[in-house]
Amino acid sequence: MQQKAASKCWHTIGALAKIAIIVIFIFPFVWMLSTSLKTYKESIAYPPSLLMAQPQWENFKTVWNSGNYLMYFRNTIVVTLSILAIQTFVSVPCAYALARYEFRGSGLCFAIVLISFMVPTQLTFISVYIMFADLEMLNTLWPQILPFGANAFGIFMLRQAFKQIPGEIVEAARLDGGSEVSIMLKIMLPMVKPSLVATTMFSFISHWNDYFWPFVITNSDAIRPLTVAIAQLRDSENGNQWQLVMAGNVILVLPILLVYIFLHKRIISGFVYNGIK
Amino acid sequence: MIEKFWQKCLPYIFVAPAMVFMAVFTLYPLGNMIYLSMTDWVLMSKTKNFVGLDNFIYIAQRADFLNALGNTFFYTFWTVLTLMVAALVFAVLLYKNTRLNNLVRTAMFTPHVIALLSVSMIWSWLMNEDSGLLNMLLSAVGLPTSRWLNSSDTAMASLVLVSWWKSVGYYTLIIFAALQGIPAEIYEAAELDNAGALNRFLRITLPMISPQVFLCLITMTIGSFKVFETIRVMTAGGPGKSTQVLVYYIYNTAFGMQFKIGVASAAGVVLLVIVGLLTMLYFLVLSKRVHYQ
Repeated sequence: MQQKAASKCWHTIGALAKIAIIVIFIFPFVWMLSTSLKTYKESIAYPPSLLMAQPQWENFKTVWNSGNYLMYFRNTIVVTLSILAIQTFVSVPCAYALARYEFRGSGLCFAIVLISFMVPTQLTFISVYIMFADLEMLNTLWPQILPFGANAFGIFMLRQAFKQIPGEIVEAARLDGGSEVSIMLKIMLPMVKPSLVATTMFSFISHWNDYFWPFVITNSDAIRPLTVAIAQLRDSENGNQWQLVMAGNVILVLPILLVYIFLHKRIISGFVYNGIK
Repeated sequence: MIEKFWQKCLPYIFVAPAMVFMAVFTLYPLGNMIYLSMTDWVLMSKTKNFVGLDNFIYIAQRADFLNALGNTFFYTFWTVLTLMVAALVFAVLLYKNTRLNNLVRTAMFTPHVIALLSVSMIWSWLMNEDSGLLNMLLSAVGLPTSRWLNSSDTAMASLVLVSWWKSVGYYTLIIFAALQGIPAEIYEAAELDNAGALNRFLRITLPMISPQVFLCLITMTIGSFKVFETIRVMTAGGPGKSTQVLVYYIYNTAFGMQFKIGVASAAGVVLLVIVGLLTMLYFLVLSKRVHYQ
């Protein structure tokens, strides 16, 4: 009897600890949202309060009007979607060839994919910057798009997926007289759709969030993405107005956060599957 | 005849676009960086002389480079250690598939999909010395407040804390997935042998998931060596030079003030060697693991 009570007690403590963990990982976002709706005075008031007297929606207006945010937003969307489009176009045939054909040099090609997978932008940025400077393309959006044209990680994942499709299916399609390209696009591609969706989602999130490379490569306002603009907000004279800085971050974070709330199961399984394979 | 030729060419046509992109944006830049590291080139200048290993000798004697390298190692050591231990502990504690556990795992994972830039700013605000929430909470419960990012004693630890918070959920999930792959019979056998919980973990669980643990360790290490955004946003390398790291040094030397591309490239080659060694280790483990299964 006593033992049962003790175990129940431990169970409660465990549950409380878990709720505490949830708070630790979620509350900073709640605090961001709360601060973004406060007045400056409320944001620094002691004792702190989660609620504000009156939600200050003007904070968002102030941030939005402090720069050309419509343009930054557009730049982020154009860059991210262009990257995804090029990546899909480039990765699918490459992954398919590496998975289904035997050809001389395929080992070398795969090695190049693996190297690209491991080499971070932090190692290539000087040379790539100089390259775009020499081509006088620094005032366009291309430098933010082209370096990510081939998604090594995506190729790696799609190759695995293509490999798992039984060979008989391809043979049957060949006997039916389908061309190689149509077999790839009409029969094989639908079968790897989950992998394609997962890698595309992964890529979307990482390029929407990317800061390092846009920070290095963008010198003029017209080509700035959202992340660089938000970072500048912090560096500007508004930098100590935390309610404004947080409002800026809400603008950046909210789209991803909403997608995560609705699709977290798929996103998590995609990420984890990618991480262990 | 044409048909056959076409069949032979097809794979090459398929891989060509990807290979072109990778050659231009990965292989060429790496080669070019190694070449530039042996020149005295300064951005915008017309002269570019070959100087051999001079840049490497130069940075090896520079206190700011050695400081950045030391800080990077310090940051990496503590980030990787705390991440790995926490991921193992959380994965074991959240092992059962209950609703609450699922919720905890989902919550822990959230920061992973959020921009590191925003995570850095949110934590700068929480860690603000005068009106940040953390200090307010500390003083409310009567504990001494911390200077967080404003003191060279605590700035690096604060940065480690933020990267821990950002990625611990991700690694927990990877270890969790690895745990689920262990067949239940093995535990049943251990139960019969009357093995204690800790013993069971050290003797059975850990060896079974050691490949994933190792891959996590390498991924964490590479991730820590390329740290930049948190530093740029939260401390700008300060106070003093206490949070200067390698990539920050490379960036500043190349584009910050000095435009010394040669010197920056030499520091880049140092990073390349570190990442290269880790990468080789990674694939060595990966190939072994495939071999065993």
